[in-house]
Amino acid sequence: MNILINGLCLGGVYALIALGYTMVYGIAKMLNFAHGDIIMVGAYALFSGMALTGMVIPACILAAVLCTLLGILTERVAYRPLRGASPLAVLITAIGVSYLLESIAQLIYGTDSKPVSIGNFGTVKIFSADVAVSSLLTLGLCLVIMVGLTLFVRKTKLGRAMLAVSEDRGAAELMGINTNAIISLTFAIGSLLAAFAGIFYLMKIPSITPTLGSMPGIKAFTAAVIGGIGSIPGAMIGGILLGVIEEVCNSIPAVASYTTAIEFGILILLLLVKPNGLLGKQRREKV
Amino acid sequence: MALLEVSDLSVNYGLIRAVKGISFRVEEGEIVSLIGANGAGKTTVMHALAGLIPKAGGRVTMGGRDITATPAHTLVSYGMAQVPEGRRIFGELTVLENLKLGYYSVKGSRRDLEEKLGEMYAHFPILKERQKQIAGTLSGGEQQMLAMSRALMSSPKLLLLDEPSMGLSPLYVSGVFDMIGEINRRGTTILLVEQNAKKALSVSHRAYVLETGEVVREGSGESLLQDEAVMHAYLGG
Repeated sequence: MNILINGLCLGGVYALIALGYTMVYGIAKMLNFAHGDIIMVGAYALFSGMALTGMVIPACILAAVLCTLLGILTERVAYRPLRGASPLAVLITAIGVSYLLESIAQLIYGTDSKPVSIGNFGTVKIFSADVAVSSLLTLGLCLVIMVGLTLFVRKTKLGRAMLAVSEDRGAAELMGINTNAIISLTFAIGSLLAAFAGIFYLMKIPSITPTLGSMPGIKAFTAAVIGGIGSIPGAMIGGILLGVIEEVCNSIPAVASYTTAIEFGILILLLLVKPNGLLGKQRREKV
Repeated sequence: MALLEVSDLSVNYGLIRAVKGISFRVEEGEIVSLIGANGAGKTTVMHALAGLIPKAGGRVTMGGRDITATPAHTLVSYGMAQVPEGRRIFGELTVLENLKLGYYSVKGSRRDLEEKLGEMYAHFPILKERQKQIAGTLSGGEQQMLAMSRALMSSPKLLLLDEPSMGLSPLYVSGVFDMIGEINRRGTTILLVEQNAKKALSVSHRAYVLETGEVVREGSGESLLQDEAVMHAYLGG
């Protein structure tokens, strides 16, 4: 029971990060390799916010606002000038942004890990298993965020505009959609989700280093690819799947040390069978 | 004052100057076509007018307002809509979602939207039947209807149609030209780009003949249909 809940909870965090990768890929047609580092920035913002105010909620808000602004800023400064450039140039730039953010964090906070405690919410008994309340909180909030995002994309005018930009940027422009604004919005949403992921991640592992974002970033990217990159439900399914697999592997002593290898092994096997991921689109069109 | 006035427009396509300083105008209420062979620069002109690609020179005004440098997404609210070459409907969205996207830049209430949708459904009942269907599964002719209705959702003053008959069966081609006449009679000015010169000329008030990026002839649709040189070059007659 505990393993399942922890797995779902970790999976929810991966799903939030994976959503950022997949939305930016779907709409801006680029892999934002700096996305994982937004999590790290969110974590440090939370750390500083707690140090300044001593309260959790204002620190969380600070982290969310800072990450959202950072997402918009990196897109505006680093990626927008490269619109229409070769995908490789954009990819290298994204890797550059990633190192830049990590280096800035090192300059400000140093390389040693910083402890951060969001607080202990205790445990509750579910079917005779002790489950951490923080896990349930993470799981619940992740679900709320995912449902909210799905409704936003499918039911609102702006969400529809995002889908249109993702499918055909030129045609979307002809509908009167300001595609640059939609891309900014996508980066803002993705980075906000990364900030939440950072907060939830710290509930689980309460210490911060400048490279904290890279491993969850890569895992979540894997999750996005498993689910089918560009697909929002795919990112959710991929993330949750990966989280559960990770916790299950970790709970079996004999395979625990191979967890990461198993995760990436599954990715390779899946791509051999389904090259577009679980829910990846196979474009079908009538001409 | 002409609704659309294009003077000395030049457009580069990569390193090539694809459109070399052409001038033409579209008066309110007209159907005007640009005809010419493949590669004459017709679609390049359309993309440049819509602001999808930059103009290398010249000036474009709409109802007296300079729109040379206006971004594509702003032109819709100025009353210009375009049905692009190849239709480019959103194939992964439903018919209804496509139509609502055509209404994107209109600041109307829900009721205005419903009214506009009702208007489109009245003219194209098939779209109403298929409103929940994924647009990519429509036939070519139905997709063309959807693309036109999507553009009309913003109630444009000027409608730009880029190769509307391309890839359609002969049966649908006549249907499309009937639609163009009908849309025009209901008060929308139309600028049409077509390879099917004969059909285009017979529905147009006036037309310009484009050849390697330059206007080589202009006149009324009828007179160009009688013009032997044009007939010979573009109509295979």
